[in-house]
Amino acid sequence: MNLWILVVATIAGCYAFKLTGYLVPARVLDQPRIRRIVELLPVALLAALVVVEAIADGRHITLDWPRLTGFAVGALAVWRRAPFLVIVVLAAVTAALLRLG
Amino acid sequence: MTSPDRRAVVRNSVGVGVAVGAYGFAFGAASVAAGLSVLQTCLLSLLTFTGGTQFAVVGVVAGGGTIAAALASGLLLGSRNTLYAMRLAPLLRVRGVRRLLAAHGTIDESTAMAIAQPEPDLSRVAFWWTFGGVFTFWNLSTLLGALAGSVIDPATVGLDAVVPAAFLALLAPRLRAGAVEKRIALTGVVIAGVLIPFTPPGVPVLAACAALLLAAQVPAP
Repeated sequence: MNLWILVVATIAGCYAFKLTGYLVPARVLDQPRIRRIVELLPVALLAALVVVEAIADGRHITLDWPRLTGFAVGALAVWRRAPFLVIVVLAAVTAALLRLG
Repeated sequence: MTSPDRRAVVRNSVGVGVAVGAYGFAFGAASVAAGLSVLQTCLLSLLTFTGGTQFAVVGVVAGGGTIAAALASGLLLGSRNTLYAMRLAPLLRVRGVRRLLAAHGTIDESTAMAIAQPEPDLSRVAFWWTFGGVFTFWNLSTLLGALAGSVIDPATVGLDAVVPAAFLALLAPRLRAGAVEKRIALTGVVIAGVLIPFTPPGVPVLAACAALLLAAQVPAP
C-alpha cells in the first residue's frame, strides 16, 4: 500500500514539474540563481547516488568485490564516452563473471 | 529543412531511444528486486518517464529507506525537467493536448537532441522522435527487466553493478561542464559516503544537496 502511495506521488510530482515549465511565464523561474540551483542539484544528487549504490547495503558499508569491479569497468566506459548500451553490458558482464568464480 | 537533414535527425533520435533502452532493463530488474510489483514498475516507466528519478526512488526503497525519503530524492532529481520545459517551450510552441503530451516527453535526452539542432523545425522533429524512441524502448525494456528480475536474482547477472554505473553515466556530462560541478560532485560523494552508517537509508542522498551550499560559494565564471 505504501509503495502505491510512493508510485502515485512520484508520477504526479514529476509530471507537475514538467508541465510547470510550459505553463509558468519564463520570467518567473528564469532567474540566474534559481536556474543555477536547479542545474546543480542533480550533480550533488547523482554523485551521492553513485557512492550509495556502489558501497551501501542499507546502513552498512559493503565492499562487494564483483559489484565494485563491475562498477569500475562501467566507470571506465563512461570516461571513454562509450554508448549507454556498452556501459551497461560491460558493468553487468564483469560483475556476473566474477560471481561465477 | 531538407529531407536528408530530417532523416538524419530521425535516425539519431531513434538511436538514442535504443541505447537508453538498456537502462530500462536495469531499471525494471532493480525495481522488482527492491520490492515493487511488475505493474508498479511498468507504471513508473510509463507515467513518471524520467530515468534518474525512477532509479533514485527504487534505490532508496531497496536500501530500506522511508517512503518520504524515496519520494524526496526522486522529486528533487525530477525538478530539472522544469528547466528543460522552459528551454523547449519557445522551440516547440505547443498548445492544448499537444502541450500536455510534450510535457510528458520532456526529459534529458529529448531536450538535448532538440536544442542541439540548428533550426526550430529540426528541433521539433528531434524532440518528438527522441521522445517516441526513448518512450518505446524504455517501456519495453522496463517490462522485460521486471519480468527477468522476477525469476532471477539481479545480482547474478551483475545488475547491482549497473545501477551505480548508470548514475555515473547521467552525471558525466555535467561533470564535464565545469569546475563548480566537479567540486559539488566530490562534496556530494563525501557527504553521502560519511553518512551511510549513521543515518537511515535515503538520508545520505538528500543530505548531499548541502554540497551546493558548501561547494558553490565561489560563483561560476
